[in-house]
Amino acid sequence: MITVLYFARLREALGQSSEQIALPGTVRDVEGLRAHLVARGGQWEQELAPRKPLRAAVNQAIAHGDTALNDGDEVAFFPPVTGG
Amino acid sequence: MTVRIQTADFDVSAEIAGLRRGNPKIGAVASFVGVVRDVNDGGAVAEMTLEHYPGMTEKAIEEIVAQARARWKVLDARVIHRVGTLRPTDQIVLVAVASSHRGDAFAACEFIMDYLKTRAPFWKKEETGGAARWVEARESDELAAERWRLKG
Repeated sequence: MITVLYFARLREALGQSSEQIALPGTVRDVEGLRAHLVARGGQWEQELAPRKPLRAAVNQAIAHGDTALNDGDEVAFFPPVTGG
Repeated sequence: MTVRIQTADFDVSAEIAGLRRGNPKIGAVASFVGVVRDVNDGGAVAEMTLEHYPGMTEKAIEEIVAQARARWKVLDARVIHRVGTLRPTDQIVLVAVASSHRGDAFAACEFIMDYLKTRAPFWKKEETGGAARWVEARESDELAAERWRLKG
């Protein structure tokens, strides 16, 4: 299982802040997970589509599409940051 | 180095005193305070809510401060960022850097702030007269951070 977190606009659009997902064998990295979530359709497809400028983190460090995923990881998806 | 994320306000004078306390090697302190304005992108802002990613946000700022320490002679630094609901004139963020000389303090303070704006996970949602909108990331902030790649 991995934990997936959603923040800010994405959290509101998806209607949830976190979920546990059993990592399918075909999903090996962040890009694979994103595609897996997009395949749910509806809001997931709309909000996580490749054209959306989302950022990702794995175990609380900035990640990229090819960042590998392992069981027990904490993955987060969020919009570009706007603090300060 | 001190990094704090908090809902409470902060006292700049007390924070700088805490940063300097007992260190006679400090000859310069540069600080930046970010404040909530009542207007953004042409719209009136009644209040805003700041969201963060507990755990990662602190780590991201610590990493930014570590990068600053690798580039400039920084004796100590303190970063405080508020979250939750804030209103115009409220303080949002404090970056204070202590060095032996002002050049290092000024540069490191600006670098930390520019990187915080584009790399630390915070998100602002503005309330503008009954409507709420998530603030869009600005390209100018990204350019401000990018220019540090070009100069020392």
